[in-house]
Amino acid sequence: MEFFTLHDFMTYTKGVTYLVMGGILVFMPLYWLYLTDRDDD
Amino acid sequence: MSQETPIARKQYLTPFNVITGIILVIGFVLTVLRFTKGIGAVTNLDNNNPWGLWIGFDLLCGVALAAGGYMTSSACYIFGLKKYHSAVRPAILTAFLGYALVVFALHYDVGRPWRLPYPIFWSQGTSSLLFEVGLCVFLYLTVLFIEWTPAAFEWLGYKKIRGIVVRLTLMLTIFGVVLSTLHQSSLGALFMIAPSKLHPLWYSGYLHVYFFISSMFAGLSMVIFESTLAHRWLHHKMDDTHLAESDGVVLGFGRAASFIMMGYVGIKIIGLAVDNNWHYLATGWGMWFLVELVGFVLLPAILFSMGAREKNLTFIRVAAVWAVLGIVLNRLNVSLIAFNWHLPAADRYVPSIMEVGTTIFIVTLGVVVYRFIALKMPILHEHPDYKQAH
Repeated sequence: MEFFTLHDFMTYTKGVTYLVMGGILVFMPLYWLYLTDRDDD
Repeated sequence: MSQETPIARKQYLTPFNVITGIILVIGFVLTVLRFTKGIGAVTNLDNNNPWGLWIGFDLLCGVALAAGGYMTSSACYIFGLKKYHSAVRPAILTAFLGYALVVFALHYDVGRPWRLPYPIFWSQGTSSLLFEVGLCVFLYLTVLFIEWTPAAFEWLGYKKIRGIVVRLTLMLTIFGVVLSTLHQSSLGALFMIAPSKLHPLWYSGYLHVYFFISSMFAGLSMVIFESTLAHRWLHHKMDDTHLAESDGVVLGFGRAASFIMMGYVGIKIIGLAVDNNWHYLATGWGMWFLVELVGFVLLPAILFSMGAREKNLTFIRVAAVWAVLGIVLNRLNVSLIAFNWHLPAADRYVPSIMEVGTTIFIVTLGVVVYRFIALKMPILHEHPDYKQAH
């Protein structure tokens, strides 16, 4: 990825960051369920 | 008498006593050298590397690994998880000794111990992060000391003053959490002053967040690790309550550590994305970064999760040691290894044998004092006069 302006850079990095954050928001509750789903056993 | 002497000598000449005795004597000699010949006589520090092992390990790792104090006491007293109560006193003691030794070790680096109160009472540098760290450590060490005193008062039989201090528990716990939030993060923020010196993979605008979040699982892992050692060496000092609650503490803390570590991996990836540092991952430094993040955070987090799901305490105990090593690696990376990364090899800092010796001396001192207190005072058991008095 080649950047020409600060705006280009911010658009690219913020875009990737929001995708990563979305992934984490989905992953963490699932991971908590994975950690706790055997509690009733 | 002549028959008793060999028995008494045999009790004192245990491998633990002999080894710690040798380390303490060497440490005393190094201390005399440091304070009579100056810092240059015992360290490899120079103008490029003014902070070395004593800051990277003794201070940064010491503070991070002492986070078990605020994690355990907040779990028990703020979140009401009373099933972890038996872990509070050992965790508070570990944290108190950890912070006390941080301050002790700082004397070796700073010198002139009589000037220790100056930044707090004489010449406050209120715009400096170091002032904030110093103030927080000063206040938190005081808080930890007060939180630890009920054990000492029970041992000494001072019931009245013990009762007064116990009534302050919730306030002290809240104060401790606030102070820890401040200085754990500030220790990371200290390195934000050096963007040109710290490798971009470790440098981040979120460095303070990384230090604070990682201190959480460092503290939890340290409580599990310390509990493992206590079970091995001080088992006879544990009462039925402590033994009954112990497995639950390990399982609960292991699960919490796993969850926090996964979140930590997540925010480290966010840091890579924000600064667009992906391309560094394909370099040698990138491999080293992945060794730290995958090898010493992600893998122990997975092992913690397997232990928590399978109720396998061995998995969790191994993961705790692994995570503690990971924290040590992270703090050394930020302060020493990835710091001044662009300098030629000849100018890089490698600690001298005397610096390493001093660090071993200080850690050993902590172990000896912990052992003394845990053997004498009600740390791993409840005092008979105060059963169910919490």
